[in-house]
This record gives sequence, structure tokens and C-alpha cells, in this order.
Amino acid sequence: MADGRVRHWRAAHPYIATGVGLILLAGLSLFIGVGQLSFAALRDDPQALQLLIISRMPRTLAALLTGASMAVAGLILQLLVRNRFVEPATTGTSEAAMLGLLAVTIWAPSWPILGKMGIAAGAALMGTVGFLALTRRLPPEQPLLIPLVGLIYGGILGAAATFIAFQADLIQYLAIWMNGEFSGVLAGRYELLWLAGGLTLLAYLAADQFTVAGLGRATSLTLGLRYGQVLALGVVTVALVSALVIVTVGMLPFIGLVVPNIVSRIMGDNLRESLPVVAGLGAGLVLLSDMIGRIVRYPYEVPAGTIFGIFGAVLFLRMLLGRRSHA
Amino acid sequence: MIKVSELTYSIAGTPILHDINVTLPAGRITALIGPNGAGKSTLLHLISQQIPFDRGRITMGGLDLAKTTAPARALKMAVVGQQLGVASRIRIRDLVGFGRWPYNHGRPTPKDQEKISEALSHFDLIGLQDRFLDEVSGGQRQRAFIAMASAQDTDWLLLDEPLNNLDLHHARCLMTQLREKVDREGKSVVIVLHDLNYAISWADHVVALDKGSIAFEGPLTEVATTDSLSALYRTPVVFGDLAGKPFVQYHR
Repeated sequence: MADGRVRHWRAAHPYIATGVGLILLAGLSLFIGVGQLSFAALRDDPQALQLLIISRMPRTLAALLTGASMAVAGLILQLLVRNRFVEPATTGTSEAAMLGLLAVTIWAPSWPILGKMGIAAGAALMGTVGFLALTRRLPPEQPLLIPLVGLIYGGILGAAATFIAFQADLIQYLAIWMNGEFSGVLAGRYELLWLAGGLTLLAYLAADQFTVAGLGRATSLTLGLRYGQVLALGVVTVALVSALVIVTVGMLPFIGLVVPNIVSRIMGDNLRESLPVVAGLGAGLVLLSDMIGRIVRYPYEVPAGTIFGIFGAVLFLRMLLGRRSHA
Repeated sequence: MIKVSELTYSIAGTPILHDINVTLPAGRITALIGPNGAGKSTLLHLISQQIPFDRGRITMGGLDLAKTTAPARALKMAVVGQQLGVASRIRIRDLVGFGRWPYNHGRPTPKDQEKISEALSHFDLIGLQDRFLDEVSGGQRQRAFIAMASAQDTDWLLLDEPLNNLDLHHARCLMTQLREKVDREGKSVVIVLHDLNYAISWADHVVALDKGSIAFEGPLTEVATTDSLSALYRTPVVFGDLAGKPFVQYHR
């Protein structure tokens, strides 16, 4: 009995830690920024309340939703490709989404944002499927080849996007899509991210399927998993999440790479257990990066993507150098 | 029984299996033997529908396996392949638990828990159950996958060279478990074996493949002879008796 309780406590403790951390960060985030906002002012200053509702809350929520959904998208991609070193930014997914966005910006600039997002998601889907087709041809005993090929593939798609954007005088747009940041987030401008959050929840419903798929095609088949369907569900989720994030706040690299790896080290890859923690840690780290970005050059701001890029690169290097028997 | 008829399979124009006609009896241990590259693993993959084939038909008790769905097949046969390299970090108990996936789709019942614990103890994994797959040795990982297939509790169990990484204690334990499944529970086992001594000690039936064709097949005691085995491996194989049990000597 006592042993069971210890096991329960040990199992519950990553969730409690993530939950408490998120609440603290979100609370702090509401009171950090250029506009002065204090707890006391909320009671008697109607403008303070407005600042909170129109800017701070949406900004905080946008960071949380982005972080959670990007981390989960990275985790799903890693399990489906069966490689620890991939994420939407290293598989051509985000570059393909940008190509789609460029196309729609050039040919149908008056489309509603949902339509633009749809085209971006479709392009992201094609880009990811192209990447998967490429990885099929790589020798499985060379795990590092997959991210390398992904980087080159993404680089080619990115170069095409840059060329087209340059010709069409849209380089500025490209810069906005590439650099994830939250300073422009206001109520009414971020709500698409709730879709990304919803997709993350849907992915959690299929957590066991993704875990089994992570054991490989052969094992999935003998266990009776409809492998093709799970693969399709995963790729569509990753493409949609990437497109949603790029359209609303811009690409945030490294989150989908670093967060699932940290959580996997600690609690493994059984998604039913680890997915909530991956989402929580992704949300927390992105929000923290955004908060740091608001503080370091106060009253100016540094994009959250830049801040996380620095941390992410260091963590990624540690991961590469610290890797032992497994990829 | 599993009936394979007129099965032909080739990769990029190179024939791997040619016109295979064979019956694998139910309620027996069938050893698949033959030299490297004879097509043993391919035959196992084809039976388990992991790869589509060009020509032929494979039926299980009259049911055309090519027309069944993966979820339906998972209730009838469990397969353990040779390549068990796994990139994801799963605890051994969770992996063995996935053997019950075909029945519960992730919602284990008390009966599932019982089967999981049983499989863990049968394959000597209780002490390792909370370890991650990438933190155990190759042989232990292999046992975990076999335990998963065992927890799947299907009528048929297909194993591709399961003894490869096992020490002699665990190799013998595995064969004992398989024998019990067949004798007590009426299961059927198809196993690819390289060590002829395991084959003649434990199997009831033998299917010998050579260069993509059936060299010989039948009940072990009838078809496994000094002549047939020597010809199959192009190596002198001598039958003998050791402590009252049949033994083959081919080492030198």
C-alpha cells in the first residue's frame, strides 16, 4: 500500500511541477511589459484592466499555446520518423508552409486569414510528406543522416522562398514568418492558436497510437495498429500546427527538438504519460523566453524566438555531445 | 494450420522465394531451417503480411491472410522479427503491455494486467520491468519483445531467430515456454532456428529452405537425417546420441 502510494507520488510529480511552474509563469507574465501594470492598479484603473484583457492575457496565452503545440508537434514527428533529431523546422515543414503563404500572398492577398492558413498547411503537408519520402531512402543505421538531409531539404525550400519573396518584394513578410515573436499579439489577432491547442488535445487522444507507431512499422503491424492512418494523422497534425504558428506569430525553432528530448530522458516515450509534460514544458519555456525578451532590453523587446534560439542551441549541443548508445 | 500455396516473391527482379507450397501444422512447433539467404525470414514476413507478395496465397484455417486487416490478424498471430532496434524509450512493462493492445486498445483490464505480469515472469523480466528499452542489453530487449508477443496470447506465434542474442539459460527457458504453449495451451509456433541442436531437441516439424525453394519438410523424426541435413548445409552433419538424447555434431 505504502509502496503504491510512493509510486503514485513519483508518477504524479512531473505533472505537479509542470502545473505549478506554468501558473507562476503565467501570473508573472501578466505584469511584465512596457505598459505599467500593477496588482493594485487593477482594482481602480479601468485602463489597467483593459491592458490586461487586450494585450497581456492574449500575449501570455499565445506564448503558452505556441509552446505547447510546437513541442507536441516535434514529439510526434520524432516518433513517426523514429529519429530524435527532427522537428518541423528541420524537416522542410516550416519552409514549405512559407512557400504556401508566399503563393497566397502573391495571388490571393485578399483571402481571409483562415484561407491563407489552409494553403500554408497544405504546403506544409506536402513538404513533410516529401521529407518522409526522402528519409525512406536513407540507411537506418545512420541516424544523423536524417536531420542532415532534413536541413538541406529545408534549406533548398527556404532558398526558393527567399528567391520568390525577393522577386515579389515580399522579403519583409518572410522575416516576420521566420522570427517568432509575440509583441504584436492582441486580442483578436491570436485566436487561431486555439486551433493549434485543440490539435494538441486531439493528439493526446491518440497518444497510445503514436507510442505504438514509435516502436516501428513491423511492431505496429503485428500489434494490429493501422499504421498508415496513424502516420497520416501525425503528419497532418504537425503540418497544421506549424502552419498555424507561422501565420499567427512566426516560426519558433528548437522547441519541437529540445523539449521532447528533455522529457524523454526523464520519463520515456510513453505518450500517455509524457505528452502532458512535453506540452507543459514547451508552453513554459516559450513563455519564459518571451518574458526574458520583454525584460533584457527594456523598454525595447527581443523576439522570443531569438531568446529560445540561444537556449535551444546550447541544450541541443549538450544533447548531441551527451548522447550515448541511442540516437 | 497455415497453408502456403504457389508463393513467389522477388526483390527488384531477383527471385527470393520460388513457388513455395507448404503446410505448417497447427498445435506443433515448426522449425524453419536452412542456410543464410535461403528465404526463411522472408517467408515469415510474407506469412505475417508485413510485405506484399507477387503471386500465391497464404491461408490460415481457410482464411486468406492477404484479405484480413491488421487488427484482425493481430488477434490470430504474434510476430517477433529480427530487427528490434528501437529509437523510443519505453519501459519494459509498458512494452509487454502493448502485447494486449489488440484486445484493449490502450485500456488494460485486470485480465490484461494478469497476462502482462505472467509474461514478465515467464521471461525473467520482473526485475527489469521499470527499465527503459535502451538501458538493457540486446538479449534482454529481445526477451522483452518475445514477452510482448507472448502476452498477445494468439493461436500462432512466429519467431525469427529468437535465440540470436540469448545466453544458453534463457535460450533453453524460451524453448521450454514455447513447448508448454504448444503442449498445454494448443498454440502453434513457427520458429526460425540456426542451431540444429535446438531444432532436433524441441521441434515437432521441420521446413527446410534452400535458395528460395523447399528442400524438404515433414515431421522432424522422419525428414531430419544425416543425409538431408548434410546436403542442406553442404557440410557434414553427423547424428549421434548424447546422454540418451539426439545430438548433431557439425562443429568440426
